[in-house]
Amino acid sequence: MTGVRVRGLTRRFGTRAVLDRLDLTLAPGSFTALLGRSGSGKTTLLRTLAGLDAVTEGALVEVPRPTTVVFQEPRLLPWAKVWQNVALGLAGDDARARASAALSEVGLGRHLDAWPLTLSGGEAQRVALARALVRAPRLLLLDEPFAALDALTRIRMHALVLELWRAHGPAVLLVTHDVDEAISLADRVLVLDAGRIAVDVEIDLPRPRDAANPTRAGLRRHFLETLGVKDLVA
Amino acid sequence: MSQSIALAAPDVPVRRSWQIPLRLRRLISPLVLVLAWEAASHLGVISPRTIAAPSVIMASAWDLTVTGELPENLLVSLARVAVGFAIGVSAGIVLAVLSGLSRLGEEILDAPLQMLRTLPFLALVPLFILWFGIGELPKVALVTLGAMFPVYLNLFAGIRGVDPKLIETAQVFGLSRLALIRRVILPGALPQLLVGLRYALGVSWLSLVVAEQINASAGIGHLINDARDFLRTDVIVVGLMVYALLGLGADALVRALEQRTLRWRPSLVSGARA
Ligand SMILES: Nc1ncnc2c1ncn2[C@@H]1O[C@H](COP(=O)(O)OP(=O)(O)OP(=O)(O)O)[C@@H](O)[C@H]1O
Ligand SMILES: [Mg+2]
Repeated sequence: MTGVRVRGLTRRFGTRAVLDRLDLTLAPGSFTALLGRSGSGKTTLLRTLAGLDAVTEGALVEVPRPTTVVFQEPRLLPWAKVWQNVALGLAGDDARARASAALSEVGLGRHLDAWPLTLSGGEAQRVALARALVRAPRLLLLDEPFAALDALTRIRMHALVLELWRAHGPAVLLVTHDVDEAISLADRVLVLDAGRIAVDVEIDLPRPRDAANPTRAGLRRHFLETLGVKDLVA
Repeated sequence: MSQSIALAAPDVPVRRSWQIPLRLRRLISPLVLVLAWEAASHLGVISPRTIAAPSVIMASAWDLTVTGELPENLLVSLARVAVGFAIGVSAGIVLAVLSGLSRLGEEILDAPLQMLRTLPFLALVPLFILWFGIGELPKVALVTLGAMFPVYLNLFAGIRGVDPKLIETAQVFGLSRLALIRRVILPGALPQLLVGLRYALGVSWLSLVVAEQINASAGIGHLINDARDFLRTDVIVVGLMVYALLGLGADALVRALEQRTLRWRPSLVSGARA
């Protein structure tokens, strides 16, 4: 089993290098969170890993197949029913059955024939999660998938993602703005800054992780400092 | 200081008892007009050479129908529109798909089509007569041309307007180029195509009316021209009514198509259309 291996990845927009000789290794089955300021290049890195951005300048990018993505917005095809969205691109006669199983896993087993535009934001994002999972990915890329959800739905989604990760065991790379989300979900937290992985910390705390845990509070302060907001939080 | 706010009193009597449903009320003024027209005709205020009385028009409509004259000519006109429309729409779709999906196609096709589009195509009639004579060909060709441009322009815009994020997503999930076109791009462009079809129908109809003025020996236009020579205003009005009814019918057809193919749209999904 291979994980992710990136060596010397540079991505320029114009003359500015958003990613600057970036190195990254992700172990198979690991859960990693990627933090970074807005515009630091997190989405750019994810797009490269998803194969949506041509790799240039002699970089090495090794990604396991299949790799799937959940974006910040659900990005469902509005003219296809929910199950058809999940089964998008699946070959074989059992596509509907597999889509149905994946939808049951995210708690939407009864919405198979619904139109996407009738779903709530949280439901639509769970469909997107089912669509990413039905392909049994070995790498699951999550680009701020919970950012647009309300706080309660977000907590449920955290639990769901952890459960699915344990059940299926893909390597997960979760991009987030939320330091607390990163600490409570991931085994490893990275901070992207100036085009490189500037901070790389293993989180060795048992789940579920208590917010009052002193180790956790220290980590939180550390990440916020590296993100440049230490003066704003007392 | 008074805090009381006058809420709409629920027991204000609403006088509904004498009210006629809106649909029927809307029919009142046209009905009055027709009655006035009928009366004016009988009193000799409006001469039949200007326009025939409504009762006379209805009688001729009946006569023309039972003698088979109207159905026969109607079929000829319908065939012209159907053939021209089918060719025009097909051509518009093919051209739009070619130039919508490939840069090369756009470079080759779009510029000449955009130039032709600016031409008021009805002005091509003299040229068409020179090229195609005065038979069926120039009439069908005019309808074809009229139908093609709205379809081309709208579908092209629709294809280019498909959300790039959806296209990207389909790529992540491994859709082949063909599947991408079939499952994402064409459904995404469909609403715009239907708009184009609506326009195309309207323009086809107009083209037919104009084309049938060209020395037609059959068709609704022929019926009207003949009637003009015999000062039969009643028959002329029957012809106009048939044109109007056909236009309405065609529009209803596209509406039905829209309802079927755009089921997923929120306004239709939620059943918000009362
Ligand atoms: N297609 C593009 N063309 C030009 N510049 C781009 C393009 N895509 C991204 N950029 C630039 O690259 C930088 C990084 O963008 P990216 O979307 O990766 O940031 P991000 O870390 O995901 O930010 P956020 O947290 O706000 O989503 C930004 O400054 C952005 O303006
Ligand atoms: Mg981003």
